[in-house]
Amino acid sequence: MKYESQRIAKPYFVFAMMLFAGQILFGLLMGLQYINGDVGFPYIPFNAARMVHTNLLIVWMLFGFMGASYFLVPEEAETELYSPLLAKITFWVFVVAGVATILGYLLVPYAELARITKNELFPTMGREFLEQPTITKIGIVLVCLSFVFNIGMTILRGRKTVINMVLITGLIGLAVFYLFSFYNPDSLTLDKYFWWFVVHLWVEGVWELILGALLAFVLIKVTGVDREHIEKWLYVIIAMALISGLIGMGHHYFWVGPPKYWLWMGSFFSALEPVPFFMMVVFAFKMVKERRREHNNKIATTWAKGTAVMAFLGAGVWGFLHTLAPVNYYTHGSQLTAAHGHLAFFGAYAMVVMCMISYSMPVMNGRPQGNSVQAQKVERIGFWLMCIGMLGITFALTAAGIWQVALQRIPEAGKALSFMATQEVLKPFYIARLGFGLIFTAGVAAYFASFVVANKNGKQYPDANATLAE
Amino acid sequence: MAEKFTKSMARNIYYGGSFFFLLLLLGLSVDTVRQLPKREHREALTEHVIAGKGLWETNNCIGCHSLMGEGAYYAPELANVFDRRGAGNEAAFKSYLRGWVNAQPLAIPERRKMPQFNLTDAEIDDLADFLIWTSRIDDNNWPPNVEG
Ligand code: HEM
Ligand code: HEM
Repeated sequence: MKYESQRIAKPYFVFAMMLFAGQILFGLLMGLQYINGDVGFPYIPFNAARMVHTNLLIVWMLFGFMGASYFLVPEEAETELYSPLLAKITFWVFVVAGVATILGYLLVPYAELARITKNELFPTMGREFLEQPTITKIGIVLVCLSFVFNIGMTILRGRKTVINMVLITGLIGLAVFYLFSFYNPDSLTLDKYFWWFVVHLWVEGVWELILGALLAFVLIKVTGVDREHIEKWLYVIIAMALISGLIGMGHHYFWVGPPKYWLWMGSFFSALEPVPFFMMVVFAFKMVKERRREHNNKIATTWAKGTAVMAFLGAGVWGFLHTLAPVNYYTHGSQLTAAHGHLAFFGAYAMVVMCMISYSMPVMNGRPQGNSVQAQKVERIGFWLMCIGMLGITFALTAAGIWQVALQRIPEAGKALSFMATQEVLKPFYIARLGFGLIFTAGVAAYFASFVVANKNGKQYPDANATLAE
Repeated sequence: MAEKFTKSMARNIYYGGSFFFLLLLLGLSVDTVRQLPKREHREALTEHVIAGKGLWETNNCIGCHSLMGEGAYYAPELANVFDRRGAGNEAAFKSYLRGWVNAQPLAIPERRKMPQFNLTDAEIDDLADFLIWTSRIDDNNWPPNVEG
């Protein structure tokens, strides 16, 4: 670690991982509710569990991106963070706002939460992923502003590397597009049209910039490959991401009101969206192959390669599967959507955060060459169990989705099975999904255990740099 | 990548490409926003429909159901529930919806449960108006059949 203030990343990562654990717990609960509707009812109805699951996901992604930026930016800029104090205050504000909101979801009915938080004064609640009370949304904006300001000032003060510039562009985009969550018009079609300005322009737009920057940073660190080379790749990747992704948003406008031209525009441009993800795979493997040094943090390299591959599978392959209008006509809003949502979110954004953690936590703990061999072994088990678990979830939901389309959507009216009857038939797939969910959970447990192992035998891995870092 | 392809060329593609497509997106958005009133029948967007949308949101219906294919996949699609259950008759649909919402949760073991929201009849009628209005949006003929 080059700069003392990078250490502020640690609480962000630790808290992100705690939220991750919570997210998985509620995922398992929903997995059970899919099989037996009585589980948890009426105390935690499915909709409450789902809000908690997806909101924890989003919030831990944000904590992860923030932690990653606080670690990465000073190192790239070659200067201390502008204000470590502000970063600490922001952390606690975000923690309090996040925990209070999740408790709100769980402790009172949603309508009651809307009343308590005076939603009627400025209604923004009740839309998927944007369920946060308006006051929480304002809190998130303030947290993002403070964060972007702190990061921005640090970059202004220091070296403006391509990685830093791409990262800050992504972070500003994240903050700016979130503002659309305050726009909730009476017209449902307008509402839906601009809802995607948050959701799509995040995950298939500016978040890809963040993903690319974080991946490039870790690759530079573990491979020692020439920066010029990596920067060129980074530019091409993010160029392709935005060129395909901006108009690619049309794949969400097929069946929710917008005009017909989106059918072919959305299909064409979104069909190009896998390209940047494929380039990330080539990029990661090429850099590792051309590495100039042997870094002992092998597992961080595994995470970097794994992120590229799983993001390509989840976003690229599973995204392409249902992105053409004639296919999407049948698969829209089916279990196939959920299959893709899971593999894409996990493969791209959950994994890139864990990749950054895997590289930076040992550094912050005074082990610049990575954790002990035992700890890395345990982490590797976690890595594989999570990947296998998530691929299993994806296959189970994909099979469920295809079967759902075959029973419920393709037959003509009269012959088609109703939604509820179809769900009954799909139960075996949901049982399989739950099984893979348990494997995934075991992976998370192993991953957490690796931190304990690392701390226990932290001194077993002495190396030349260790004294320099402290 | 060939050596002739330099970093500054890559950067220019990034800046030029994203700027161009951002402008295109803006243009298309302006056009879409202009066309939506006709496609959604904005003239029929009454106070009741608006109130219904509010109730839809504050009760987090989207947490279980999908609406025009977006939302959760735990419970049936509702953008076409008027077509499915109302058979084109608004009064019949309203009385169906009152009966349905008030009967929740159904006491069928292991069946997925819909909570009891304690809504008044007037509120349920607003929700019905919202769902009826939604069912008439021009959505390029989705879903494929009435089952949603
Ligand atoms: C890492 C990047 C991505 C993430 C995290 C992601 C995540 C998601 C999520 C969560 C949804 C469901 C949204 C909802 O609840 O309505 C979704 C829908 C969709 N995604 Fe992605 N996605 C990514 C990239 C892509 C790419 C690259 C493509 C196309 C090649 C794609 C194609 C689609 C399509 C067509 C839908 C709509 C499915 C439907 O009609 O039901 N996604 N995505
Ligand atoms: C034990 C593991 C997990 C289980 C059993 C699980 C289960 C579920 C269930 C049942 C839903 C609701 C689907 C519906 O609306 O009907 C859901 C939604 C979702 N989950 Fe998970 N989940 C798990 C892990 C994860 C992970 C690791 C991620 C991402 C990193 C994730 C991201 C999402 C997203 C983005 C949605 C919304 C999908 C959409 O709208 O299409 N889940 N999950």
